[in-house]
Amino acid sequence: MNLATVFLQLIKGMGVTIEIFFLTLLFSLPLGLVLSFGRMSRRKPVQGLSKFYISVMRGTPLMLQLIVVYFAPFYVFGMRISAGYRFTAVILAFALNYAAYFAEIYRAGIESMPVGQYEAAKVLGYGRAQAFCKIILPQVIKRILPPVTNETITLVKDTSLAFVLAEAEMFTIAKQIAAKETSVMPLMAAGLFYYIFNLAVAGFMEYLEKRLDYYR
Amino acid sequence: MDLLEIRHMKKGFDGLGVLEDISLSVGKGEVVSVIGPSGSGKSTLLRCATMLEKMDGGELKYMGEAAAWEENGRCVYAGKQKLKEIRKYFGLVFQNFNLFPHYTVMKNIIDAPVSVDKVPLKEAQERAMKLLGQLGLADKKDAYPYQLSGGQQQRVSIARALALQPKILFFDEPTSALDPELTGEVLKVIKELAREHMTMIIVTHEMQFARELSDRIIFMEQGVIRMQGKPEEVFGSQDERVREFIGKFTS
Repeated sequence: MNLATVFLQLIKGMGVTIEIFFLTLLFSLPLGLVLSFGRMSRRKPVQGLSKFYISVMRGTPLMLQLIVVYFAPFYVFGMRISAGYRFTAVILAFALNYAAYFAEIYRAGIESMPVGQYEAAKVLGYGRAQAFCKIILPQVIKRILPPVTNETITLVKDTSLAFVLAEAEMFTIAKQIAAKETSVMPLMAAGLFYYIFNLAVAGFMEYLEKRLDYYR
Repeated sequence: MDLLEIRHMKKGFDGLGVLEDISLSVGKGEVVSVIGPSGSGKSTLLRCATMLEKMDGGELKYMGEAAAWEENGRCVYAGKQKLKEIRKYFGLVFQNFNLFPHYTVMKNIIDAPVSVDKVPLKEAQERAMKLLGQLGLADKKDAYPYQLSGGQQQRVSIARALALQPKILFFDEPTSALDPELTGEVLKVIKELAREHMTMIIVTHEMQFARELSDRIIFMEQGVIRMQGKPEEVFGSQDERVREFIGKFTS
């Protein structure tokens, strides 16, 4: 198999990788915000439950979580696992896992806001939701961009864990070719692709940071 | 009718009494300065009056409308909607400005009128420009707070409070975060407001300023109003504590 064919195969897998990446962000970013509210809730059961969820999601391997999410419908509910569920399971597991990390990032950002901002909003008559959306959240987003960038870069590389469910993303394909051809070249090529993907991600996040640099 | 009426206000933090039994009324156009040593409860009084803190006991009324009262020995606040209406009666200028850093000066001033009071954008902008003109900041309308000096930021925050057209304006040590040079420009603005008969309650350490400007001075100590009266009464007081405190500032 020549280099061009290997690249072509990998690029096909890259499509799935990119899909996992964006869908995970799409679901985990809002879910993480909701979870951070739970974590900061003054209602003890809500707070405790959120804390427990985050601790389990951060404290167990993502690979194991992928397996659990994929096989749970069968082992817990006795349902037949359809072929289409594989991709859903990957997204579900990634979103559930990343939401836990994002929740803690949001919490750090929200708790770092000076109390005076809330008080000013309150005295000016803003409601709680209004104050949060207009005054607090925009400033929080600026503050948490660097840790979010970190997490996003990790996500790019973590998508390779989907191989454990034999989802045909780039790393799974690279491994298959490598085994068939008894060569490490496809894996090296995959590494290069991940690196390029992350260059783009880091570049985009840097652009966002610059965009929000208009105030201090 | 009094704009603000406080009766038997009590407030403690973790069992520690900060305000013991404060009663105070402020009439239209009156300028009241609250002075006293640190920890005397001045700021807590202001924070309770502006409902940033909940008081433990007593009564709070604006324009004759009750925001909080006592029922069976407990302090009860009015419903959410009522409190929202009552909040419109007053504005508050903070010690450290608390401007919104992600908004321009203009947006800082018009956002609350537009998104809370539903004032049409154009009207809010005109109102803001007029205020900025009066406060000598017309050329700063597109600046962000971090680009301004402390004195300018505090003037913007005064404009932001005034844009909601409050009946009464509170100041919580408005110049304590400023150096003497910048203090002057903020005090000038407050004097200007006094001349226009804005009703104001000012917590301050600027004794000379309080003396010149106030209709009434309240001296607080250990959670109670130790003395109140016209500036000349308080500044000429024979009360030992009052004399000692004022002496520290004027000598």
